[in-house]
Parts: sequence; C-alpha cells; structure tokens
Amino acid sequence: MSEKKKEAQPLFWESGLEVKPVYTEKDLEASGGTAGIGLPGEYPFTRGIHSLMYRKQPWTMRQYSGFGTAAETHQRFLWLIKNGQTGLNVAFDLPTQCGLDSDDPMAEGEVGRVGMAVDTLADMEEAFADIDLNQITVSMTINGSAVAIMAMYFAMARKRGFELKNLRGNSQNDILKEFIGRGTWIFPVEPSIRLVGDTIEFCANNVPRYSPVSVCGYHIRESGANPAQEMAYGLAIAKAYIDHSLKRGLDINAVASGITFNFDIYGNLWEQVSKFRAGRRLWAKILKEQYGADDPRALTLRMIAGGGGGGLTIQQPENNIVRGAYYALASALSGTQTMALCSFDEAYTIPSERAAKLSLRTMQILIHEIGLCDTVDPLAGSYFIETMTNEMEKSVTRIMAELDREGGIVKGVAEGLVQAAVNRQAFEYEKRVQSGEVKKVGVNVFVEEEEERDVEFHPYREEEARKQIDRLGRIRRERSLETVRKTLDRVRAAAKSGENVMPSIMDAVEAYATVGEICGTLKDVFGTYREPVRF
Amino acid sequence: MKKPIRVLIAKPGLDGHDVGAKLVSRALMEAGMEVIYTGLRQSPEAIAKAVVEEDVDVLGLSILSGAHIPLSRKVAGELKAGKARDIVWIAGGNIPRKDHEALKAIGVHGIFPTGTAFSAVVDFIREKVKP
Repeated sequence: MSEKKKEAQPLFWESGLEVKPVYTEKDLEASGGTAGIGLPGEYPFTRGIHSLMYRKQPWTMRQYSGFGTAAETHQRFLWLIKNGQTGLNVAFDLPTQCGLDSDDPMAEGEVGRVGMAVDTLADMEEAFADIDLNQITVSMTINGSAVAIMAMYFAMARKRGFELKNLRGNSQNDILKEFIGRGTWIFPVEPSIRLVGDTIEFCANNVPRYSPVSVCGYHIRESGANPAQEMAYGLAIAKAYIDHSLKRGLDINAVASGITFNFDIYGNLWEQVSKFRAGRRLWAKILKEQYGADDPRALTLRMIAGGGGGGLTIQQPENNIVRGAYYALASALSGTQTMALCSFDEAYTIPSERAAKLSLRTMQILIHEIGLCDTVDPLAGSYFIETMTNEMEKSVTRIMAELDREGGIVKGVAEGLVQAAVNRQAFEYEKRVQSGEVKKVGVNVFVEEEEERDVEFHPYREEEARKQIDRLGRIRRERSLETVRKTLDRVRAAAKSGENVMPSIMDAVEAYATVGEICGTLKDVFGTYREPVRF
Repeated sequence: MKKPIRVLIAKPGLDGHDVGAKLVSRALMEAGMEVIYTGLRQSPEAIAKAVVEEDVDVLGLSILSGAHIPLSRKVAGELKAGKARDIVWIAGGNIPRKDHEALKAIGVHGIFPTGTAFSAVVDFIREKVKP
C-alpha cells in the first residue's frame, strides 16, 4: 500500500480542550511557555506543594472506610493500619450524615449501612480507642451534621489527652457541594454556610493545625461536571467560604490554611494531570493576588485525589481493579498529598475487606516497585503537558469568570441553576455513552454476556443496627437529662444570636447529647433546606 | 391526541445519589412522558401520597444505598394503605441481581440497575402502561 498522508481526526478532551497529535516548543510558547511554573515547593506551586514531594514522604494512603457500629469500624481501622494504611478516612452512615439518630423512624434500614453509625460521643470514643491520633491523621466525610460530629471528634481527642492546638486531620464539611451532588444537606443554604464559617473560626482559634473544610470538586464531577468545571466550581466554592470567613474578621492566612481539596481522578490521564497542575497554580495566584495571602500553607492547594467512582463499571467488575491502578498513577503524577483509591466493588457496594486491601496494595506497588516516588513532578517540561496545563488554567479561569457574571456559586446553588446545568451535561454525556460515541470497555465495547457477577457484597447486619439502637437507649437513660437540656438551650441561643455555635455544641456532646438532638435544635432555628427541583 | 404517560420518579430514604434519578427523568421527558421528580429524602408515605394525588401511571424508585428491599416493602405497604390504583412500578440504582426476585415479590415490575440504556426503560413503560 502506498503511503498516504493521513490527517488525524480532531480530538477533544471532556473539558473541551483540543489535543493535537504532536506538540513542539512552538505550541508551548504560544500557550504561554514555562516561565511561570516555578520550582516544586515554591510559588505558584505548579510542580507540587513540597520541594521534595514523595522523595521525602509518599502520599498518605487513606481508604474510605466505616460500617455498622463504632466497634465494627474500629476493627476495620485496626486492620487497615496493620496492612500499612497511613491515615483514616471515616465513612458515616446516612442517618448520621443527615443529622438523625439511629432510632429515628427515617433511619430505619439505614443504620450502619453505608458507614459507621454515630449517635453520641460514646461512639466516637469507641471508634478511635487506642489509635494514636498524632501518628494516624483522621479525615471525616461529614457535611450537613459536621458541627456535631467535629465537636464529638474534638471532645474525644481532648478527653484522651491530645491537645487541640496540635491536633491534625480534616473534615469534609463542604456543604455547597452537597447541594449540587451527594445530597446530605440539612439546613437552608445561608445558615449552612454560616455553620461552615463557625467551624473555620473555631478551628482557626482552637485547632489551628486541623483543616475544617475539604472542598470537593469530586462530587460535582461525579454529578456530571467535566474536569475543568470540577476545578472551577471547587475553587469558586472555596472562595465562597473564604469570603464568608473574612467578613467575620478572620485572617486570610489562617482561613486559607484550613481549606483543603478533594478531587476526582477518573477519565483521561493527561487531562487530570493538567487539571491538577493548572489548579494548583491558579489557586496560588488567586490567594496571593486577590486575597493578599502570603503564608505558603495558605497558598497551596493541598488535596486528596484517587477516587473516581464514576469511572467504574458494574459490567466486568475486575476491570475496575485495572482502572483503579491507572487512577492511582494519575493521582501520583498529579502530585496529590493523599489518595483514597476507589475500590473495584464500589459500583456495587461499600468496599469489602478484599477490595480495600487491593486498593492499598495498588498504591504500595506504585510506591515501592514502579518508581512513582523517584522524582518530583516527572511530567514537567513536556511540551504536551505544559501546553495543556496552560490551556487548562485559561479554561478554569474562564469558567470561574462566567460563574461570577451569573451571580456567583452561592446564588447559583441556592436557585438550583448549577445543579440543573451539571445534570444537563450529565444527560448529554450519558447519551453519548449509550450511543457508543464515548467508549467504555465492557459497557459499549467488548461487551460480554454475564450470568452471575463475581462480587462479594459487604453484608448488612440488622442485628448491628439493633445493637446501636439499644446502646443509644442506654446512653439516653444514663446521662444527665438536665445537663443535656441546658447545653442544648445554649446551642439554640447561639444559633439565634449569631454567636459561634461550636463551643456550646462541644459542651452538648460532652453531656452526651445526640447528633439528632443537636441538629434538631439547629433545625428549629434555621429550618430545613427545600430542594429547588429544576430541569 | 393520546394522553401522555405520567411518571413519578422518587428518591426514598436518605440516599443522596440523584444523578440516575435525574437522568432517567430527563430521558422519559424526552420520550414525551410527563415526569414529576420528588427530590431527595422522601418518606414512603409521601411517595404513596404523591402517586395518588398526581394520578401517575408509573412509579420509579431510585435507590443506591443498598436499602432497596426495606424501602420498597414500606412503599408497597403505603401504596396499599393509600388505595393507589394499579400502577407500573419500576426501580433503579445499585440493585444486585440476587435481590431482583425479592423486589418482584414485593410488587416491583421492572428493575433497571445503574448503566441501563434509557431506551430499555422507555420501552418497558410504553409496553406496560395500558392505554
């Protein structure tokens, strides 16, 4: 066959950026060059937030885990630590996340199902018994009811003799993204942001090394946003919390140091790497130029990345093991601080012990066998990656500017416009998957007829839920009801007056007030969110 | 002109995963059906009440927390108590095959796990809803 000059078909990433078949120095120069990338550990942190990155310390391995009672979860924590996990990432059940007690009628069938059930401080004490909170940092996936759960965590740590001023760890506590995706909101938008502000202020003054907020582009991406939008919405949300906190008179360096990020990693590998490098640089510039921050900790986009549930498939579940390994690779090449790899059975169930261990082993293989820790930001200087990092930064900046012109992220979320836009996009994408235009192995290409799927389900044990309810009943009988009432009255007064609710909630949890009682008290004052359903 | 098929898409319980429910709502609208989406965190009582008040032909429950059996059982009880007329009942979400029989015994007619093609849901509804 004679050699014909073939033209490559145009190629676009999900974010809309066009990718050329070959990149040269000229493309890189045209996109803005590399003059602004800086060194690792230096402004604007394109190449990573530490000078030595994984050469000094590999990323923290923090698999998401929790189920049943605190006692059961405690056992899983110990098992994960024994297997080499270096941080904990706590999953709470839906009643806890929605601010309901285990004996609430709405909680029936859900107690301990997708995470650990927490009603009172006693559960927190049991879950972390004997775990050295200075050695193993704890991350808590808690949002709507975060004020109560964070107070319980702090009270537990203090009771065990850890000083709050030295306590590290973080809470997700990003309520704006809960309204866009994930859905564990409780209160209306404005008071919800105020509660996030209360936790930021409380931590800035009392638990300065703790990150009270982990802003999640992750769930917005899972709801249908593309990677550029994920980064743009994430940064916009972080700015909303910062703006709120500054109005309280807090210092920008203290506030921004307490905000970390949680991003998604599935999809095109190069697109993810560009997204993170661009995001880090843009965040540093925003903090410095728009807010005047100068503390390096405040300027750095510190993140957990490694999850990508949306990329996993029900079909041919073993393929998800392979996908997970590539997600971990992308995450490491992106310079993440922490990974919580999605486990291969995540499309079905909460991770089984076997799946959780495979995720852990995947990361350990990357660290010890594949050379991912050899050198910092190994893709730096690539014509392709640096060009796309520049283009991605422009794209994210453009989306953030558009969002501002439309009234900002808070207004967009309160009116349901952001949710509708993200969902419209999810619909268009899903149609492209169903038509075969977007290819997914096992879903629309290389499809197999499957009889029974070989996935072991994490069992749901109703007797554990009953145990939890009995335990709660016992605690309700044994505590001083008078102290509980008094402290809850103070929570109510603080909520009404605008005073920070955290100190009074700390007192309430120490009196063994329940998550439901605390959130119920706040609901009396703030009301409940009403979802604006828009299409 | 034929009356359009009316569908209630509901999220029972506390599960906040609503991407699937919203995608299916859109797909059914695009197929010419009238869709009412309840939003999150609906009690079985509220769902049964909406089925009667909105006079729908189809009820679609979306559940991804794993609590599909206890929640469906409660919804079935409420539908009966509320004297709902005969409707087509479908369910979607993270529903493993091993639970399909149990759901059918409760009264769910069609089960469409995550990843089902929109056309399969549309075709099923068109076939089952009697004019």
